Amino acid sequence: MTNSELNRFKDKAFQWFGIFCTMIGLVVLAIFLINILIDGLGRIDWDFLNNLPSRRAHRAGIYTAWIGTIWILVLSSLIAFPLGIAAGIYLEEYGKRNRMASFLEVNISNLAGVPSIIYGLLGLEIFGRVFGLGGSLLTGALTLGLLILPIIIVTTREAIKAVPRSIRDASFALGASKWQTIWFQVLPASFGGILTGVILALSRAVGEAAPLIVIGALAYVPFAPKSPMDEFTVLPIQIFNWISRPQEAFATNVAAAIIILLLITFMLNGIAVYLRNKWQKKVKW
Amino acid sequence: MSKKNYKLEARNLNAYYGTFHALKDINIAMEEKAVTAFIGPSGCGKSTFLRTLNRMNDYIDGFKVEGDILLDGRDIYARDVRVDELRKEVGMVFQKPNPFPKTVFENVVYGLKIQGIKDKKVLNEVAETSLRKTALWDEVKDKLDKSALALSGGQQQRLCIARALAISPSVILMDEPTSALDPISTAKIEELLYELKEDYTIVIVTHNMQQAGRVSDQTAFFYMGELIEFSKTKTMFTSPKHERTQNYITGRFG
Amino acid sequence: MRVQEKIIEGVLWLSAVITILVTIGIIWVLLSESLTFFKEVSIVDFLTDTQWTPLFADKHFGILPLVAGTMLTTAIAIAVALPIGLTIAIYLNTYAPAGFRATIKPMLEILATIPTVVYGFFALTVVTPFLQSFIPNLAGFNSLSAGLVMGIMIIPMISSLSEDAISAVPKSLREGAYGMGATKFQTAFGVLVPAASSGILVSVILAISRAVGETMLVAIAAGQQPRLTANPLVPIETITTYIVQVSLGDVPHGSLEYRTIFAAGITLFVFTFVLNNISFWIRKKYQEKYD
Repeated sequence: MTNSELNRFKDKAFQWFGIFCTMIGLVVLAIFLINILIDGLGRIDWDFLNNLPSRRAHRAGIYTAWIGTIWILVLSSLIAFPLGIAAGIYLEEYGKRNRMASFLEVNISNLAGVPSIIYGLLGLEIFGRVFGLGGSLLTGALTLGLLILPIIIVTTREAIKAVPRSIRDASFALGASKWQTIWFQVLPASFGGILTGVILALSRAVGEAAPLIVIGALAYVPFAPKSPMDEFTVLPIQIFNWISRPQEAFATNVAAAIIILLLITFMLNGIAVYLRNKWQKKVKW
Repeated sequence: MSKKNYKLEARNLNAYYGTFHALKDINIAMEEKAVTAFIGPSGCGKSTFLRTLNRMNDYIDGFKVEGDILLDGRDIYARDVRVDELRKEVGMVFQKPNPFPKTVFENVVYGLKIQGIKDKKVLNEVAETSLRKTALWDEVKDKLDKSALALSGGQQQRLCIARALAISPSVILMDEPTSALDPISTAKIEELLYELKEDYTIVIVTHNMQQAGRVSDQTAFFYMGELIEFSKTKTMFTSPKHERTQNYITGRFG
Repeated sequence: MRVQEKIIEGVLWLSAVITILVTIGIIWVLLSESLTFFKEVSIVDFLTDTQWTPLFADKHFGILPLVAGTMLTTAIAIAVALPIGLTIAIYLNTYAPAGFRATIKPMLEILATIPTVVYGFFALTVVTPFLQSFIPNLAGFNSLSAGLVMGIMIIPMISSLSEDAISAVPKSLREGAYGMGATKFQTAFGVLVPAASSGILVSVILAISRAVGETMLVAIAAGQQPRLTANPLVPIETITTYIVQVSLGDVPHGSLEYRTIFAAGITLFVFTFVLNNISFWIRKKYQEKYD
């Protein structure tokens, strides 16, 4: 083989290796999803969604878990969205290029990298004990709210950054104040991007189990929560709990619950991708 | 017309970016060991044409070529032609100096190394010859192991020419090689062209009329993807056949 | 009017400053509980003892087994994710047709959005039994399958950040190499990867940081037996798993056992904090170079 043939061979070989690598993750994913669907799809029915947890696998349902998940999503959104969007606006529009601004930036980038279980320790100590909220929904929501805060801040900043200078200038030139410009021009123009970030943050929150286990969310809750001060469980914790049971029948429950959890995750991500595409198409600067 | 041996020839060449018809029915024949200049307004297709001569456009999605380009009488778009071998025969120098972020020496011998040549003696020899040919040897012989990015813009561009010469091509394509350089560096490179055409066939795209006039033997004028006029440079600059050529050369548009 | 503007700015400022309070909160919580812990357990023992048995009668408080477990799963995950992720990045950037790239990238991102309990279930019930069919002495809980699955989970992190870094390499360098007759393979490994090395490094560091902090996957599939070993076939325990294990049990607040999770937590925090700051620093430096 001449050198040049060898080079071409390496080139081709790497190309096939590249296709192989690209596919392997997706193939593994597909195998797993098909497995889960075969195991769990038959288990999903009205009773599964509406039954309380039980020691007997075939009677156990995920009612308390999905009610808890929805509570957590709504509450942590209420906490994290206003805070995150406001912080994003401040950093992008008001933050001067000074020490404070760059400190905030390092800080947020650090928070984004803190493992979720550490947020659990924070929630356990501050919200659970110091605020005396215990293992309630509110503690869980505050904890997850802080966890997704950096995601919302970063995407808000990016969405705002994409709004061109000219729009701001036009608004200022007409005598609008800074806040009027932001409220009437910048925010509507970046709405799609912010919404995308918010939904991605939700899809992150919906799959979290570790921090909620740490703050004391329970695996076994006999009743669905009715107020933010109630104890709760969520889908991922319910799944974790069933995984640790030895009985075969619980594996079927796990598969069924995973289908529901993935359905919610994929739906949220799908909406986010859809919004992003739609928004990018509509707004061409 | 006498049966002459042309180095590079295009026959009924058409090129498309997707649905955009970038080159229309180009027929041209370039002589060996001469400098051919391509001129024309921005977007006229001269760079596209230059880049079809070493198939640099192959990696652009949606780019398509019809017709033939002959190098020494062989179609370079034929199926059995290997792009990497073609490019060893047809070297290229780009608009902006683009040395790799490696040492000066590594840059010059890059082409040899990727061909698998490891013999230190050969590499040293070729590096010196190539750098001498581009009049760079005396300037960089003490900095061979320094980063190429530390050289001045003009030196970088001559390094890129040396890099192209090191794999001993017979044709060198230059895409506006002096547009990013100062007048002194430009003069040096033009001088260099004069010497290089002793050994190489050179095709140069330029925006600068005076440069085309100074360095080239033949000039081709492109407009809207068509080859409007192709003749000896002297003829074109003194008595252009087409009105468009005349307008462009005299600076009435473009 | 001016007053209103000022109030709004103040409210926005407050929201931004809350992020600093969060950091202070995390550090304060971790420090205050673990300082009390270190009054009872010497920090030398904590860092050098090779056993971690706070929940047993014969108590040892050596963090090393937990650190070893964390490192082991992380190393396996990176050994999977780095070569595959980088190959994908290069393939998508220089070989794949644009249409293929546009469909495959979001599909790979799906891998990163799946909740980690789901990956844990996958590792425990699919990967481990599969591996046991040709590694007979593989335990039911082990770091090998947890690490492998974690590797798949973080592939998109490395592939997409590395791809960004590679596409940021100036086009002229790529063309320079092609123009010399280099193949795509030679261009990628001789020119693009070296030029994008700092961006690729950042992606790897962030992936390590993610793997170190990963919890549910290892809690489910890697076991709960703190053990100072490099053997990937036996059950181990990571720092994160230990925190979950204690949180699931009935450990009274204020007890020494309760404080162990904060001591474990601060160890974890230090690791990820250092990694995140290195990556942030490299990224800053790298941006300056290109600006």
